[in-house]
Amino acid sequence: MKFKTRSFDAAPSVLEIEDLTVQLAGNRTAAPVLDKVSLKIRQGETVCLVGESGSGKSVTSLSVMGLLPKGALEATGGRIGLEGRNLLELGPQAMREMRAQKISMIFQEPMTALNPVMRVGDQIGEVLDTHTRLPAREKRARVLDIMNQVHLPDVERIHRSYPHQLSGGQRQRIMIAMALILEPQLLIADEPTTALDVTTQKQILGLIAELQEKHGTAVLFITHDMGVVAEIADTVHVMKLGRIVEHAPVEDLLRRPREDYTKQLLQSVPSLTPRPARPEPQGGAVLSVSGLQKTYGAHGVFARREATRAANDVSFSIPRGRTLGIVGESGSGKSTVARCIMRLIDPTEGDIRVADREIARLSRHALRPYRKHIQIVFQDPFRSLNPRWTIGRSLIEGPLNIGADRKAALKRAAELLTLVGLPDDAVNRYPHQFSGGQRQRVAIARAIAMEPDVLVADEAVSALDVSVQAQVLDLLDELQKKLGIAILFITHDLRVAAQICDEVVVMQHGHVVEHDTAANVLANPQHAYTRALIEAAPGRLWDFANFRELKSA
Amino acid sequence: MLGYIIRRILAVIPVMTIVAIFVFLLLRLTPGDPAAIIAGDMATPAQLERIRTSLGLSDPLHVQFVTWVGLLLKGELGTSLISNTPVTQMIGQRIWPTFNIAVLTIVLSVLIAVPMGVLAAWRHRTWVDYAVMAFSVLGFSIPVFVIGYLFIQAFAIELRWFPVQGYAAPSEGFGKFLARAILPCLTLATIYVALIARMTRASMLEVLGEDYIRTARAKGVKETVVLFRHALRNAAVPIMTIIGTGFALLIGGVVVTESVFNIPGIGRLTVDAILARDYPVIQGMILLTSGLYVFINLVIDLSYTFFDPRIRY
Amino acid sequence: MAASPQPAARLQWLFGAIALPRGWRVGAGPLIAAAVLVVIVAATLAAPLIVPHDPMAMDALQRLKGPSDVYPLGTDAYGRDMLSRVVTGGRVSLLIGIGAAVISVAIGLMIGLVSGFFRLADAIIMRVMDSLMAIPSILLAIALVALNGPSIWSVMGAITIPEIPRVVRLVRSVVLSAREEPYVEAALALGSSMPKILWQHLMPNTLAPLIVQGTYICASAILTEAILSFLGAGVSTEIPTWGNIMAEGRVYFQLKPSLIFWPGLMLSLCILSINLLGDTARDLLDPRLKKREA
Repeated sequence: MKFKTRSFDAAPSVLEIEDLTVQLAGNRTAAPVLDKVSLKIRQGETVCLVGESGSGKSVTSLSVMGLLPKGALEATGGRIGLEGRNLLELGPQAMREMRAQKISMIFQEPMTALNPVMRVGDQIGEVLDTHTRLPAREKRARVLDIMNQVHLPDVERIHRSYPHQLSGGQRQRIMIAMALILEPQLLIADEPTTALDVTTQKQILGLIAELQEKHGTAVLFITHDMGVVAEIADTVHVMKLGRIVEHAPVEDLLRRPREDYTKQLLQSVPSLTPRPARPEPQGGAVLSVSGLQKTYGAHGVFARREATRAANDVSFSIPRGRTLGIVGESGSGKSTVARCIMRLIDPTEGDIRVADREIARLSRHALRPYRKHIQIVFQDPFRSLNPRWTIGRSLIEGPLNIGADRKAALKRAAELLTLVGLPDDAVNRYPHQFSGGQRQRVAIARAIAMEPDVLVADEAVSALDVSVQAQVLDLLDELQKKLGIAILFITHDLRVAAQICDEVVVMQHGHVVEHDTAANVLANPQHAYTRALIEAAPGRLWDFANFRELKSA
Repeated sequence: MLGYIIRRILAVIPVMTIVAIFVFLLLRLTPGDPAAIIAGDMATPAQLERIRTSLGLSDPLHVQFVTWVGLLLKGELGTSLISNTPVTQMIGQRIWPTFNIAVLTIVLSVLIAVPMGVLAAWRHRTWVDYAVMAFSVLGFSIPVFVIGYLFIQAFAIELRWFPVQGYAAPSEGFGKFLARAILPCLTLATIYVALIARMTRASMLEVLGEDYIRTARAKGVKETVVLFRHALRNAAVPIMTIIGTGFALLIGGVVVTESVFNIPGIGRLTVDAILARDYPVIQGMILLTSGLYVFINLVIDLSYTFFDPRIRY
Repeated sequence: MAASPQPAARLQWLFGAIALPRGWRVGAGPLIAAAVLVVIVAATLAAPLIVPHDPMAMDALQRLKGPSDVYPLGTDAYGRDMLSRVVTGGRVSLLIGIGAAVISVAIGLMIGLVSGFFRLADAIIMRVMDSLMAIPSILLAIALVALNGPSIWSVMGAITIPEIPRVVRLVRSVVLSAREEPYVEAALALGSSMPKILWQHLMPNTLAPLIVQGTYICASAILTEAILSFLGAGVSTEIPTWGNIMAEGRVYFQLKPSLIFWPGLMLSLCILSINLLGDTARDLLDPRLKKREA
């Protein structure tokens, strides 16, 4: 692993935040959202601000831009210095002039950050309209130039496209073009690659680095991903609950973290080293899928669209007590496979055998007795429990459907809660009284209550912070040991797959491109796409948990 | 795109068919003898007979329907039971005052309501917002004829700015038309403005919370540009929708307002027809206004493609 | 993740995940509205006991009198006591308002649930609802009353029918968005039957929006009753309603505006209060409603 090691001691500083305090508007007694945050960025430097959700990293960036939500948050102390001026003291007009000219920002969601009803060329051009007076022709030339600089293909066509006609990566390039067209001294990037696939992420990170080099821009990069930090940072600031707990040059921080919180954060990063092989399982498969296919949009009188094959000839089987991972980027068809297996959507072709019964073509009604054998945990912990129901009611819904006695089911529900590490009195509480990780535990308990043979985890830990993610992964592993359950683990994250899977299926564009043991897939990938995925994984040569280079690599 | 337009136009057919069936059955399925209902309690057998033949009520239901639809497709709405003139001719004579007032009202309402709603959303939770909301709740709550009489009392009787009642066509001089049309238009506009301002505000509030608004601000764009170029166009679809569905309210308002201000339009025609139980005229008015409503909403639906490039179905 | 402010747990079945906006407080407006409404409802309910005169009793000698000790609000063209008539008139208006709200919400809920969950039925139901929406409600109501006679029940029916499509659309849109929720899919995976999912998981999502919609329908029904009476297509003129009193006052408007003013004021106050409470309920129950209402 090569870290950036350039020293910035000599470089002039661009942004100096001193003791910045942000509080809830009109509520000075509540704990501050930002508590005396200090931070310095020098010319050409990349400063990473890393922390879990709620740590205040986004609030810090919005404060610099002067974009704190009005009436909700306000900066109550400290100073944000840029070119010797305190941004906190600027009036709205002066602050507007700083934006795009001196400081720019790109956001996490390229899907929603662009105006859907304006052509992207005009959106970039608007920056010039706002801050410069250029003749139309020169303006257009500059817009096309910056679009070329961010390596967009066919810039003439994209110039007149609307955001929805572009891919996520292209939209983020547009955002970057918009941010850098006036060559600001500081670029703030707030999780700019979090919503993107790893391969796209790699390109965007490369692009930011390239333009930074070219224009000498300072970058404040906000992320929760230690892998990204290892790849791009010069200096790292770790945030927790509105404070900066530690800051150091990147290599120092990763090799010799001082604070416990930093250590804990690093130790939660799942390793890309696959789990040790487990003894071969006894007995046959509890779930086997063969020739599964799902085709969309072939019917309809007026629909002249090509039928899209979301999943094509997918086959695999899972024995009792084992975990099989399906890994792929968005659009690979991995979730389609999961939803077909759950019969939430109907497969177009192929067999699904659960409990020695073919279920792919059963009617909804005939299917119901077989539902208990296979259960699912969804990605979003905030939407997967009925907010109007107590935890207990959610937990006994399934058992009641298969004829359990209510009293016995409630007793069992309390036991299940203990099993997943929650207090048993949680049965009488409502989902909103729990954190995301706790809700995910409840969702797992609800699935386990049916005593299924197979548990499908559809991106079940993707919405969680790394430390919570590690705990939920441990829980799944423990449940598997206790109950001998088979797990089908759908994920986009190779690190997570490496941690938990015995076997890995890699999917791309609806096809299975590789299927082997986790050790083989990660150490000795056969397919070019698998290799690309592994190479794109940020920080892949670093063993975060042990603060050192990865041994096997 | 063209496919979408064609499909949208074709979708009008089942809706209008069901409206026609509904209007047809309305009279025929009413318990009791429809002729007796229309003629009232004092009718003579001869009168009853005349109504029956006039509406073709003695034929079997399906025959009646075929005959009725056949006439309808030729653009005939039947003959008035009172004046014996064709309904289409009666509507044709009375439609212009209503049309002029309705168009003026819609233009006036949109010009007043949209800026009101934008302002309220921009100054959310300030007195401007509260004032706009208070106005809009008031607009919903006062019957349109009460507003009409209040306006007459204040502006025509007390202040003597405008004539009390009556109507003049724009061809008689635009000033004269405006002097008589302004109070009815303001009366009609009250509820429409309330409706549109409310929806504009709600829709703008929603849009102003979107990420791309933050992006625009991060570019250093001025607030007015953020509001009108970025936000309003994104908020336009629900606003257009409410303008379309609000048209039904406008029709109801027209009927009342024309009575209050003594304007010889199709609203008055309807009221007179109700009082005289002139069923063919009522029926014709329902068909006409439903057709207009469907047409206006079709145009508005098609206009979405202009506001939002994503709508291509 | 900032902890969201939490509603009282016992109201969870209604609120769902939605909690009060930060710092939300019941302002003076809704409190006054509630008080006004309570007074109006109580007065009209107790009307036979508290009114000074028989609201129907005519007196040829007391026509169009101004306010006096005997007739606090004066008399109408037949010498009937305005105060007694205005107070009594609220009975029918409120009955029609509440009746229309309850009936249209109940019927609309049933149709909307079916429409939201069964694709085949949906196509047909929505065409019929689109057609009903296309007919301006006042005209439809007029035609229905003209044909069915001026009884209270026929007016209530005439006002209720045009409201049903709006309720159906609301319920359907709530069901359509709620059925995409993972917790509904989880219920499916747990082997819950369709009717059970429809009733236990989806229906409760519609309650909050329906309460809000119901208040608006109630207000609009009272308004429509007045307009129907004004146009001569309302409840029989023998029964005093706010609409009827104003309709009779029209002729003498320039002579004595108070004939329209008093019932108009009562009516407007009543509707205003109901609408304000509806808005409050909306802010309280579901901030996302604002979008759906269109």
